[in-house]
Amino acid sequence: MALEKRLMKGNEAIGEAAIRAGCDAYFGYPITPQSELIAYMAKHMLDAKRVFIQAESEVSAINMVYGAGATGARAMTSSSSPGVSLKQEGISYACGADVPMVVVNVARSGPGLGGISPAQGDYFQSTRGGGHGDYYHIVLAPKSVQEAADLTYEAFDLADEWRMPAMILADGMIGQMMEGVSFPEPKDPATRVAKPWAVGNRNGRKDVNHVDSTHLVPEEFEQALHARYARYEEMKKVLPRFEEHFVEDADLILTAYGTSARVCLGAMQMARKLGLKVGLFRPITLWPYPEKRLGELEGKRFLAVEMSMGQMVEDVRLYTHGKSEVSFYGRCGGMIPTEEDVLAEIRKILKK
Amino acid sequence: MTEKTFMAGFGGQGVVSMGQLWVYCGMKEGLEVTFFPFYGAEKRGGIARASVIVSTEEISSPLVSAPDSAVVMNMDSLPLCEAILKQGGTLIINSSLVKVDTKRTDARVVKVPCNEIAERIGDVKFANMVMMGALSKATGAVKLDKLEAVLKTFFSESKHKFIPMNMQAIQEGADAVG
Repeated sequence: MALEKRLMKGNEAIGEAAIRAGCDAYFGYPITPQSELIAYMAKHMLDAKRVFIQAESEVSAINMVYGAGATGARAMTSSSSPGVSLKQEGISYACGADVPMVVVNVARSGPGLGGISPAQGDYFQSTRGGGHGDYYHIVLAPKSVQEAADLTYEAFDLADEWRMPAMILADGMIGQMMEGVSFPEPKDPATRVAKPWAVGNRNGRKDVNHVDSTHLVPEEFEQALHARYARYEEMKKVLPRFEEHFVEDADLILTAYGTSARVCLGAMQMARKLGLKVGLFRPITLWPYPEKRLGELEGKRFLAVEMSMGQMVEDVRLYTHGKSEVSFYGRCGGMIPTEEDVLAEIRKILKK
Repeated sequence: MTEKTFMAGFGGQGVVSMGQLWVYCGMKEGLEVTFFPFYGAEKRGGIARASVIVSTEEISSPLVSAPDSAVVMNMDSLPLCEAILKQGGTLIINSSLVKVDTKRTDARVVKVPCNEIAERIGDVKFANMVMMGALSKATGAVKLDKLEAVLKTFFSESKHKFIPMNMQAIQEGADAVG
């Protein structure tokens, strides 16, 4: 039963995976191209007798998630680019207070209200701490409906384990397209990480927990930030994940995530048929970035392909330590590169 | 085998449903599938489009940029389909509404009077199923032998009485392909 394949939109699959992961409470506000997700939660969270609230705004929704997360509940919100910008204040607070949550961004084109077509212009915002202050959080980038479901299912555990928001960074293509997907069994609540730090429901205990991002004593705050950054270093050792194809013998390695990685896989296959030695490196965790593996490939030639004016390409340059020639090909404004576009770029670079 | 198909028609002709049923049946036949609808600020009478891929292999790009086959449900969709169909691809045209010949001389052209056949069966709304039957016959990519079971889950109970007419539409669409 669990392995039966269903045909679903990415947005719906994320919702179903969240419910199976034990999402206790969902708070959101509709926006294209993400709205099927909130619609799915409206129906199925209530069917499962869990909390669903359509808030009056994105700001309100993220603060509800912050509050629910502080009590130890598995809480989630979702939106698309302009809505996720509005949530950044709340995400910063959650990072400052070490509150786990899952945030889904089914990204569209920006800046501003922009358009509703798929885009990858939110990479900087997602991976550099999009709100104020010193922080990072987990960022996972699915390439398919199945992976959107799998990463969402796992995101709740990762958020709890590392006590921070885990973001699913998808785009309008992943959210809107339908593919076959199979789901794991619902998670047993008994397997959840204990949250002795949570507020509320103290069962008669007199000691009180505080969940707060306020630190008014600079000496103490500095210590707290150092402790959090030490945790980030631990994460960098164990969390990075990637997929790669033919990188060892490649004369040119394509790097891309999400939808553009699917396009690059097709372009790589076309190039290989022409005898061109092209490989593919796809980061699955955008933070922490799989920097160690990229470092091992320094000296190779790279072509970063994105649905943006060039954001992840900066990490490719950074983690190959200036020893690789790194080119960029991007479409933006809601345009999606085709396999033929990327192949033409490959041929230009390799002069073949 | 990989068959990439672009489908276009006007809103209300069932282009999106056709795309979903095509990949649903493909999945039930053990194929890898993707379905991507064009989404935008939709309006009635606007062009509805769907990009669908069925394959025996893992599907790379879900974007259909040079389709192996294109389904033309109305006149407005013809230039769209002509512009992106791959060299030597198959153009399946609803000849009830598209009265001109295509400029694509390299294409294999299949003309099916979908609306006439659908009306004879009982309702013009079956035109998309006539077309899907023709697409199955012309490409061989999805056999549609599991369609009846799929329709039972796709439609609510109250619409199950229409399933026999849908199946007839599929059959007549297939028969119309020479």
